[in-house]
Amino acid sequence: MNTTPRLQLKGMTKIYPSVIANDSIDMTIAPGEIHAVLGENGAGKSTLMKAIYGVVKPDKGQILWNGEVVSIQNPAHARKLGIGMVFQHFSLFETLTVTENIALAMDDYKSLETLASRIKNVSEEYGLPLDPGRLVHSLSVGLRQRVEILRCLLQQPKLLIMDEPTSVLTPQAVRKMFETLRRLADEGCSILYISHKLDEIMELCHSATIIRGGRVTGYAIPANETASSLARMMIGKELPVCSHEKPKNLGSEYLGVSNLSKSSADQFGTNLKNISFSVHGGEILGIAGISGNGQQELLYALSGERPVEDNGAITICGDPVGHLNPDDRRNRGLGFVPEERLGRGAVPGMSLSDNAILTAHRHGMVKKGLLKFTKASDFAKKCIADFAVKCGSKDDPITSLSGGNIQKYITGREIQQAPKLLIVSQPTWGVDIGAANIIRQSMIDLRNNGSAVLVVSEELDELFEICDRLIVIAEGHVSPSVPVEETSKEEIGLWMSGMFPGGPAEAAVNESEQGQEYHVH
Amino acid sequence: MDFDIFIHILVAAIAAGTPFVYAALGELVTEKSGVLNLGVEGMMLVGAISGFIAMTKTGSLLVAVLCGMSAGALMACIFAVLTLTLMANQVASGLALTIFGVGLSAFLGLKYTSIALPGVKELHIPVLSDIPVIGQLLFSHDILIYSSFVLFAAVSWFLYKTKAGLILRGIGEAPKSAHALGYNVIKIRYLAVLFGGAMAGLGGAYLSVAYTPMWVEGMVAGRGWVSLALVVFATWRPARVMAGAYLFGGITIAQFHVQGFGIEIPSQLLSMLPYIATIVVLVLISRDQNTIRLNSPASLGITYHPDNQ
Repeated sequence: MNTTPRLQLKGMTKIYPSVIANDSIDMTIAPGEIHAVLGENGAGKSTLMKAIYGVVKPDKGQILWNGEVVSIQNPAHARKLGIGMVFQHFSLFETLTVTENIALAMDDYKSLETLASRIKNVSEEYGLPLDPGRLVHSLSVGLRQRVEILRCLLQQPKLLIMDEPTSVLTPQAVRKMFETLRRLADEGCSILYISHKLDEIMELCHSATIIRGGRVTGYAIPANETASSLARMMIGKELPVCSHEKPKNLGSEYLGVSNLSKSSADQFGTNLKNISFSVHGGEILGIAGISGNGQQELLYALSGERPVEDNGAITICGDPVGHLNPDDRRNRGLGFVPEERLGRGAVPGMSLSDNAILTAHRHGMVKKGLLKFTKASDFAKKCIADFAVKCGSKDDPITSLSGGNIQKYITGREIQQAPKLLIVSQPTWGVDIGAANIIRQSMIDLRNNGSAVLVVSEELDELFEICDRLIVIAEGHVSPSVPVEETSKEEIGLWMSGMFPGGPAEAAVNESEQGQEYHVH
Repeated sequence: MDFDIFIHILVAAIAAGTPFVYAALGELVTEKSGVLNLGVEGMMLVGAISGFIAMTKTGSLLVAVLCGMSAGALMACIFAVLTLTLMANQVASGLALTIFGVGLSAFLGLKYTSIALPGVKELHIPVLSDIPVIGQLLFSHDILIYSSFVLFAAVSWFLYKTKAGLILRGIGEAPKSAHALGYNVIKIRYLAVLFGGAMAGLGGAYLSVAYTPMWVEGMVAGRGWVSLALVVFATWRPARVMAGAYLFGGITIAQFHVQGFGIEIPSQLLSMLPYIATIVVLVLISRDQNTIRLNSPASLGITYHPDNQ
């Protein structure tokens, strides 16, 4: 057996003006090995991978490729060596076809037609069927990732780097991708698998390098470890858990949505189709779904950023609010934390204290049209203290905070106003585990105090941890609601692909069955 | 109106539309790479006076054309350094370029205002030029008009049939993705901006050397702005740019004839007609949101900062 490592890193260091992203990292990957790089957001995983792929130049350190020292100049050079990378935020071109997208990453192909047939062959060979003529913007997120993977596979890579590949996939799609990766490894391709999801790494990877704060904190064989031992290496302490007792007693209906239909403002968006659900005081309802299935449109309709035609389709505390703007809805008890923290959730250039006024002004911060700055700064100080926001002072611009701290602050700002109904989108997206835990616990506490909470998230683990009931949104339809104890991730995963009672996939199956019957006749 | 006049208007329309064809196709390539250069008017003016000076000094059409193109490219180079290397705002830099070009061309042209040039002879192509009607329409022109046909074919072929064109479109759509795949976004944008400048310069030189062979201060007279508008209203597609350019040229010529017939319409109203008609027609044929999204470069006008390396 060949004992030369496929890739060896020695003392890799990358220093940015404000932070040391990588601090002398050593790592070795053998041919055919699936190697995990485990670490929290901001631990320096992505920077390290970009250095291997030639996107970022390391300040110090050596890369040995098949035993030889190489200096990787750019991604084209990396590809020539046989390194492929699937990016976390896809590097696709939306208005080009699948074939054109792949052509852009290929150095040698005869014509787009021959390339298209090659794509078709390889995609079917690996069980990832894909129509090469389709425009990328019309593909679901899962299919887009398939394009990224195929783009790498067509170059027959010796090393495949996958950066957080499963964050956008259903559990079933994850399983399918693991099969492909295992097969690639059997064929001798090494895989660098970057993730912060412990269960995935324990299931898939042969070995792991754990990174914290830019340094290697341990090497491990995931199969011999437990989730908590890996977590200790990753975050330096035990994995925190939220305390989550059963809901005491349900209050009245604080949010009602009935037969809500709305076409999307974005032509590539999803239209909402006849959506009905309700959230009561004292419960957390979670909406699961793969992004791009109507979550954006639903949240715009609920927040009042895009009012709906039918005034009665949305009720807050029993009042019809479909025509009202966000401010009027907030006056009726709505708190809202959008997915985009900067821009929609907070004004980037303004201080923490001024950002508090934006939504909390109705709590005595304005008198006769003049601002009461002491009230605002008291509010901001309390929010900073209660939610452990790490910042210099309440007068710092909010952009000087990290993503997790901004999220803690704007979630805290809403919760501190004691809303009857809190709607939160992607509460812990890109937030480190410690901050995520504080945010989750604060939502549970709010619900324990009798408020209704609606959480939209793509992270199933999170929804199962904090929610009392779940619904799934797929292609603009919502599923019936189901109590968390009575369902499983597998079932919700199936529902996410539209296969729920009355869901879009079921309708499609019925149609095709009817079509077949028709054929037989 | 008899048939001869009609043909005559069409032939003249092609000549009148040609400066737009050059400038707009050049700007189309620039914008497809994601850079918005509002300096077309200024680049055309500097191209016009440079071509004119070269023609009076050497008498060679080739030298005049090359000078016009180089002058336009040089102007574009200023813009490229500002926006691509120094990351200045594209809109402000483009406006500044136009203002600079207006002044510079007036200064350079001080001594040339009273000179008239002989113009450029039509090129007679055996057989083709003798076909009735079609021969007159398509093959009774000077060489600069023929070369604008070639430019149209070349730009269409380049954008939609070649790898380089695919890369250019990719960069305009998602510069970050293109960078991640290993393409040098800044370098390719430089080339696209320079090409746009050269074509604007050529369009200007065509005006001062062939279309109205003399130099008048500010003689481009808003054609640069119309070219910019044509690119947008044609939803960044070469064939529609051509259609828009000839439509504009045609109505400009037709309204002269209408004025010549002495019809009682204020001439100011007639002068507005080409602008209104072109915009209405192009907006109507391009009103499908889907085609706009598919053809407009998503990163247009946004400064691209390469990753910290």
